[in-house]
Amino acid sequence: MATQDIIARSATTTASPSVRQLDEVAKLIDTTLCIGCKACQVACSEWNDLRDEVGSNVGVYDNPSDLTAESWTVMRFAEHETTDEDLEWLIRKDGCMHCEDPGCLKACPSPGAIIKYANGIVDFNQDHCIGCGYCITGCPFDVPRISKKDNKAYKCTLCSDRVAVGLEPACVKVCPTGAIVFGTKQDMKDHADWRIADLNRRGFDNAGLYDPQGVGGTHVMYVLHHADKAGLYSGLPQNPTISPMVGVWKGVAKPLAMMAVAATVLTGFFHYVRVGPNRVEDDEETHAPLASVEHYDPAERRDPRAEGERHE
Amino acid sequence: MNKDMKQDLQRYNANERSNHWAVALLFILSSLSGLALFHPALFWLSNLFGGGTWTRILHPFIGVLMSILFVLMALRFAGRNRIKAHDRQWLSQWRKVVTNHEEDLPPVGKYNAGQKLLFWSLVISMLMLLISGIVIWRAYFSSFFAIDLIRFASVLHAFFAFVLITSITVHIYAAIWVKGSMGAMLYGKVSRAWARKHHRLWYDEMRNKER
Repeated sequence: MATQDIIARSATTTASPSVRQLDEVAKLIDTTLCIGCKACQVACSEWNDLRDEVGSNVGVYDNPSDLTAESWTVMRFAEHETTDEDLEWLIRKDGCMHCEDPGCLKACPSPGAIIKYANGIVDFNQDHCIGCGYCITGCPFDVPRISKKDNKAYKCTLCSDRVAVGLEPACVKVCPTGAIVFGTKQDMKDHADWRIADLNRRGFDNAGLYDPQGVGGTHVMYVLHHADKAGLYSGLPQNPTISPMVGVWKGVAKPLAMMAVAATVLTGFFHYVRVGPNRVEDDEETHAPLASVEHYDPAERRDPRAEGERHE
Repeated sequence: MNKDMKQDLQRYNANERSNHWAVALLFILSSLSGLALFHPALFWLSNLFGGGTWTRILHPFIGVLMSILFVLMALRFAGRNRIKAHDRQWLSQWRKVVTNHEEDLPPVGKYNAGQKLLFWSLVISMLMLLISGIVIWRAYFSSFFAIDLIRFASVLHAFFAFVLITSITVHIYAAIWVKGSMGAMLYGKVSRAWARKHHRLWYDEMRNKER
């Protein structure tokens, strides 16, 4: 595949090949339409040829219980008791959010192991991945996973291979209720507006779009019944941002530390040029008296060899 | 390296020298591999270790080995590096030191105040690097720690690596600048004149022992 539409590349300080202009895409996941069938999980495994190990039931509907290097999307089920003693089943399809400002890409030390396409998809190039796990440290959503088989990081690709040839992601194609839709980001926002208006009419006053601006917006968005309480959806962060610690570590620290070390080396070099070496002068002889008080008879020849040296 | 070397004073024995140089070699390897992962402009250094993945695999093992050997060396040298009252005066007159006028300063023992400060900055940074390094060692340990702790440890690791590299840069330069120092760690010996000029109290101590 041509690589002329990359707008960000990990551990790269120059511009990426980005002449091609693409519309930004987005996947919209409407949690209010999701029935928790997990067809999206199956489609993901099918299209990407992933066969995760069969785990064991941990007492809830989540299966597998967490994202893994071979399960790039997982339905998370939350039971929410409302104030009027009603029960809501809040099901969220978890996976990579494809941030506009991706923390994984910021943290990655390996050039080109993480790239962001002009259409907004954030993709891992496992052949450049060194397995350090910095992407996990950088991610505000706890998404990337390191494979135990090959020590490479994996996550949802937003089916970048399908999208590149004009197809929708596998999970979108398979969703039986239309809870997952795909298109340009603007179209998806418009679609969400219509859904939210419908939800408002049905009494969900706080229904809204989850497109968190702390990470510049995302290319996977949610429609939530309770957009004011994102945490209800199995701990979805309300205002995710790249951690300020990651910001310092992968931001100002890099040029500052490099300049400070360079300055130290240069200071040493120019100190040598200007002040010069500190030598022991020839007349700073070795048989002088002790600094501490002691008797010293100049007539006494204590150290004939040193004496000899002096007169050489 | 002439007949007068017999006259020279023993500053470091063979074990101390071996320990120092083992730590020094491991420092070079760990700093080069660490810098490769720190700044994209230095990622090419990972080629020295067989590529990015090998750099990621080797760096923590090199670091742990360096820490262990450093602890052995630090235990050996800690007693001589206790900061004393007269070190303050030495430090306050650092301008005389860097302009090669140390004769105006009070006499110093085996280590001057600058060397002592360097020693303790190495001790602290090595310790912090070891602890933070274990937290961010993804292959074996990171899964035991909370994500914010891992983030904090990543910043700490970079910061103390910076302190360590800067300190060692100063340490290496000092050895180049103060002639006669290099022999202390290479052959174990310094000339009597060197000892008398730079470490008067230690020189006196050594002469007292000779009597």
